[in-house]
Amino acid sequence: MTEYHLTTPISEEDARKLKVGDIVYVTGEHVYTARDEAHERALEMYEKGEKPPVDFEGSVVYHVGPVAWQKDGKWEIVSAGPTTSIRMELFEDEFLRKYKARIIIGKGGMGAKTLDALKEVGAVYCSFTGGCGALAAKGLKEVRAYLWDDLGMPEALWVITAEEFGPLLVTMDSHSKSIHDDMDRTVAARKADVYARIGIKE
Amino acid sequence: MKDPSQVIHDTTVRLLRKAATVLPKEIEEALKAAHARETDETAKTQFSAILTNIELAATGVPMCQDTGIMIFYVKVGDKFPFIGEIKESLAKATRKATADTPLRPNAVNPIVGGNSGDNTGKKIPWINWEIVSGDSLEITTFPKGGGSENVCILGMLKPGVGLAGVKKLVVDNAMSYMGKACAPNIIGVGIGGGSDIALKIAKQQLLRPLNDRHPEPEVAKIEAEIMDAINATGIGPMGLGGKTTVLGVKVDYAMRHPASLPVGVAIQCWAARKSTAIISKDLDVTYLTHPVEGK
Repeated sequence: MTEYHLTTPISEEDARKLKVGDIVYVTGEHVYTARDEAHERALEMYEKGEKPPVDFEGSVVYHVGPVAWQKDGKWEIVSAGPTTSIRMELFEDEFLRKYKARIIIGKGGMGAKTLDALKEVGAVYCSFTGGCGALAAKGLKEVRAYLWDDLGMPEALWVITAEEFGPLLVTMDSHSKSIHDDMDRTVAARKADVYARIGIKE
Repeated sequence: MKDPSQVIHDTTVRLLRKAATVLPKEIEEALKAAHARETDETAKTQFSAILTNIELAATGVPMCQDTGIMIFYVKVGDKFPFIGEIKESLAKATRKATADTPLRPNAVNPIVGGNSGDNTGKKIPWINWEIVSGDSLEITTFPKGGGSENVCILGMLKPGVGLAGVKKLVVDNAMSYMGKACAPNIIGVGIGGGSDIALKIAKQQLLRPLNDRHPEPEVAKIEAEIMDAINATGIGPMGLGGKTTVLGVKVDYAMRHPASLPVGVAIQCWAARKSTAIISKDLDVTYLTHPVEGK
């Protein structure tokens, strides 16, 4: 396990160095929030040959629907823990191939399609501890833009400057390793013991 | 003379803000104990993030961006003089707390779409009413996150599977959602009654003190067995591995129909938010879970 402090934009080479179990802290201006609808819109724009309002290459894309408010006319992130990432499994692989983001952040992990794309593109998936909205907001220093606000506060594309945003735990890397898959196998292997404790034989 | 609507309103605004920002002491203590117990490095990292987050949130920031859908449990004394003021005061307080805390607007119309923007709307906030004997009012706010709500289940089991089948349902559910409900979780189980009753009992169990045990030894044994089995899965905090998958399992029951064995399973995330206050007939307020400092 190694601890990294990375600054955006993140290069493919740096992303490929990261391995599952590593801890990452991110600083920089290329940090974007995106849930289901922002992913869909970015992909639609690509199909139409349009350019999205931000450059996703080398960026950090965070699966989150934040609580934000305006103070003195300026948006501030109040609380912003991760949402469940598996919903984005539908389009994350295409998003990675087309836009070359280097770090995807969320909770709960993603599936085989995303894992393959991480390998192909040179990117990682990091887990941020679910429910830790106040801690996350501390690292999301400044809101530089609130784009695609027609999608509503949670689904919009928030453009953020991060400062030591983390700890982010690499749980899927570009070497086909996934802690989430490992956990499924670990739990399956313990099933007989678990059942024995409630008097059930399989 | 105090204005009863205002007292209920102000009390509820404080309850909502405190629930979103400060975990009940016993939950925080259980998370600290779990952190100390873990030997796995990843599990330790998850718990230290949770504990740091709790500290940051206590300054007045919602600990989780999902500040929940608004649910109240209200126990009204049959001699409490202001029963008619309660419902509207709770809705007003919800709107105020949403703007001031702030809370995330989480009330969406499932038919025509659209977010009401203030956490109120048709049947929301949802109020669970209970009439008790006495002259005071007890209000509990129970804002519940969507991630843990999405893995609550109802099993309409065949009575022949017995209690082993009940335990298997709860354990299988935990092994299916893994860490998705922001483990470590608290699990409430309601057995019997009927489909709606089983789920209602299950969710009510999440209001019990974390360290209590069911007064009937047979039920307490089921609680302990399920807890032991789920913690043996190794799912751990956030499903990333570790010793602590559940902080507590709470079971209760109602009599069942001979042909039915309904089992409700309610899941709570580690951010097990709740806040309770009692308002007397003279409108004096006592905060139970989040006492006012110096009192």
